[in-house]
Amino acid sequence: MNVWIAIGLTVVGCYAVKLAGLLVPAGALERPVVRRLSALLPVALLAALTAQQTFSTGHELVLDARAAGLAAAGVALLLRAPFLLVVGAAVVVTAAVRALGG
Amino acid sequence: MVIQEASDGAPDRSPGAVDGRPRAAVVRDSLGVGVAVGLSGFAFGVTAAGAGISVLQACVLSLLVFTGASQFALVGALAAGGNPFTAAAGAFFLGTRNAFYGLRLSQLLALPRAVRPLAAHWVIDETTAVALAQPDRRSARLGFTVTGLALYVLWNLTTLLGALGAEAIGDTAAWGLDAAGPAVFLALLAPMLRSTTERAVAALALVLGLGFLPVLPAGVPVLIAALAAPAVLWMKGRRSPEGERS
Repeated sequence: MNVWIAIGLTVVGCYAVKLAGLLVPAGALERPVVRRLSALLPVALLAALTAQQTFSTGHELVLDARAAGLAAAGVALLLRAPFLLVVGAAVVVTAAVRALGG
Repeated sequence: MVIQEASDGAPDRSPGAVDGRPRAAVVRDSLGVGVAVGLSGFAFGVTAAGAGISVLQACVLSLLVFTGASQFALVGALAAGGNPFTAAAGAFFLGTRNAFYGLRLSQLLALPRAVRPLAAHWVIDETTAVALAQPDRRSARLGFTVTGLALYVLWNLTTLLGALGAEAIGDTAAWGLDAAGPAVFLALLAPMLRSTTERAVAALALVLGLGFLPVLPAGVPVLIAALAAPAVLWMKGRRSPEGERS
């Protein structure tokens, strides 16, 4: 049930912001501070989410095979690999490290 | 060719069409982006299944939310035990950038008011990028429509296949599939880290997100990490009083 509540809120919220952009007069969101914030907010959220999903299990900080997988994704990004290859590298390396390390 | 005929009905000889691009070139670019990114629905389906989200729930998210980063954030937060409100808040904040895409697209595409509620669903990173790259309104409308259609169809199809596949193989962690989510976030984040401001925000968010993780309820540390954005802006503003360069 909790999952459906979260899904419902996300559906409504994400659609509302998309529609708002098309409907509001251009001036309303054009203030420089608002624009700078909207560009930086995803940076902060994505950085925090990447770190949490790599180095934690729920409430504990851990260092496991996912760190090796993320490092592989980072190398793939530096080599300008396509999106799916980046994700694939992370998955394969994580599985390999788990298979080797138990 | 069929797709070209089924475009938006803009007059063929509109002003600006002279230096506009051939429709075939616009369609080819749009399909390229739509197919490449649409296939990433696999990664979402797999991640959702790994996070304990049902196949139906994963498909509803792709059909009705249709903005990738928000979808990944939501299932990630739910997997970590976040409550529905903090999980949805993180997804919502990630989706706010789409409002700014809509602002630019509404002037560029000049859509009739009746079409806007429908078009709004497709206002995302990729459709905006393709539309803004076009030299005239007709090409922009065509690019937006074709990219949106290709991406929407493929994203939903591959979400279903990914979720079914991950469910079929059972233990998604043994296959390393729990690394797909963070790898996606890294791939989305990397191109944004252009200046020291972006890097400072990312570094501060990382410290806040991990630092508060052991002591606060799941989902809350990500929202605190979001404060890195205004914090860095404020510090920058204090260093250079005329810091509002746009």
